[in-house]
Amino acid sequence: MSTEFPYENRIFDPAETMPRADLHALQLQRLRETVARAGQVPFYASLFKKEGITPESIKTLDDLRRLPFTNKSDMRDNYPLGLCAVPRAELARIHGSSGTTGMPTFVGYTKNDLDMWAGLCARFLVAGGLRPEHTVQVSFGYGLFTGGFGLHYGIERVGAAIIPAASGNTSRQIMLMRDLKPEVLICTPSYALNIAEVCRSMGLDPRELSLKFAHFGGEMWTEDMRAQIERELDILAFNNYGLSEIIGPGVSGECAARSGMHLQEDHFLVECLDPDTLEPVEDYAYGELVITALTREAMPMIRYRTRDIAALDPCPCACGRTSRRMGRVVGRTDDMLIIRGVNVFPSQIEEALLAVEGAAPHYLIEVTRPNNLDEVSVKVEVRPEFFSDKMSEMQALRDRIDRKIQAYTGIHVTVELVAPKTIERSAGKAVRVVDNRKLRS
Amino acid sequence: MKIPQLSMFMENKPGRLSDPCRRLAEAGINIVTLSLADTQQFGILRLIVRDWEKARDVLTGAGCVVTVTEVVATEVEDRPGGLATILEVIEKAGLNIEYMYAFTFRSGDKAVLVFRFNDADAAIQVLQDNGINVIGGVEL
Repeated sequence: MSTEFPYENRIFDPAETMPRADLHALQLQRLRETVARAGQVPFYASLFKKEGITPESIKTLDDLRRLPFTNKSDMRDNYPLGLCAVPRAELARIHGSSGTTGMPTFVGYTKNDLDMWAGLCARFLVAGGLRPEHTVQVSFGYGLFTGGFGLHYGIERVGAAIIPAASGNTSRQIMLMRDLKPEVLICTPSYALNIAEVCRSMGLDPRELSLKFAHFGGEMWTEDMRAQIERELDILAFNNYGLSEIIGPGVSGECAARSGMHLQEDHFLVECLDPDTLEPVEDYAYGELVITALTREAMPMIRYRTRDIAALDPCPCACGRTSRRMGRVVGRTDDMLIIRGVNVFPSQIEEALLAVEGAAPHYLIEVTRPNNLDEVSVKVEVRPEFFSDKMSEMQALRDRIDRKIQAYTGIHVTVELVAPKTIERSAGKAVRVVDNRKLRS
Repeated sequence: MKIPQLSMFMENKPGRLSDPCRRLAEAGINIVTLSLADTQQFGILRLIVRDWEKARDVLTGAGCVVTVTEVVATEVEDRPGGLATILEVIEKAGLNIEYMYAFTFRSGDKAVLVFRFNDADAAIQVLQDNGINVIGGVEL
């Protein structure tokens, strides 16, 4: 590994370089506190009681493996805020993510949680080149989605200026960049390529924008895509990782060495497990990330099964941070798709189809990334009794399906009507999704 | 006087048209005329055949989605203005044409126009009242 960095290697928080022995002692203490806080949540209290788990029974970090897992379904079962460990009055903010049935899952934050979160975002932003004198354009959606507000307060913590552009309206984004000259861009990686493309179509050279750095998250991407983005925009692109169930962005992020994302291990215990046996995989091997949040007040999260597949690297990093690093997320253990940053489950599309008269629940979802933006087409079988010889009626049927899928998933798809029984039936698990985006390069 | 028309759903892909045509041929069914409406992704094939019940069974048996609708066929002189005269009558009566297609018949000097109206009976009445020759299935 090269120890020459492409820019000054700066560390925001001394905690990032804590000796590992000290880190482990801190993690153990915080794990006990987390078990104590989780004991305030009825869901965890009953699980702990069954297994005889108390804060005192946590003697070493290995005792983590005695703790129960938390699944997305547990959040839904405790909808909306049943996993909160603090009285409602102590919540300072609520974020959410889209769920499988149009029902979002909500995550609560106390004032301390928000403060901690801003610090975590500040750490990876500084690791990836952000300086107080910079201006940052945030082109993430500001809303229930954790990306916009999470990064916003992290930037504020660093002391940089923010252009809260939010998402969409690419030509306006470009106008802001041209006129306000931000050095840093925050968005999804595919949106960065879209910006470059729109720039060129406007007759502008995207390399001549003022941008120097970009921080990307919210969707899976590849090293090839990084190379393309860096070439097209003449910037350094950084990867960061997080999920709303745990906190949002800030679980990990890249440093100047750009060789994996540093896990913020003083705040999260991260395991990498075989999704079938739930046993730890070897270092550097792919497994499912299972995360325990060590410092969340509002919603302590014990061994949350992220369904994200990645590998962990324990090798010390040239940047001086002592944390382990995680590689890119290369896939999911479930069938969740991330489309332009929006989480979509095939079951949502199935439910939308069942709600439309005339559409059969036989479908095939195809995901492509033709011009660096995710596109989804859904082939739907037409039921014979709804077939009409009039084109207008067939198009109206297609539009009804289109609108219903949009209402259920929040994304626009291209609906293709196909003849009955043309979508392959399989004896076992039906193949519902063909993902042609080639994310595992 | 109404003529049964078979409509078939098909995906807009190479080879989708030949299969049903071959099956009709194998069953000894001659296609009097056809028309194809298409979008980028799918099309609707409309067929007029003499033995429409047999044709429907052949196509349905082959897994095709087929519906039977009634259309109105009229005969006009195969000369400039032939179609315009009929359209004027239809327009004046306030009848809406869902779609239409035309073909020449038995290499004669007559053209046949096929209309899809929402209310075929009312349309036939209007056409006949205006002296337009509405032809039946037997004549085709």
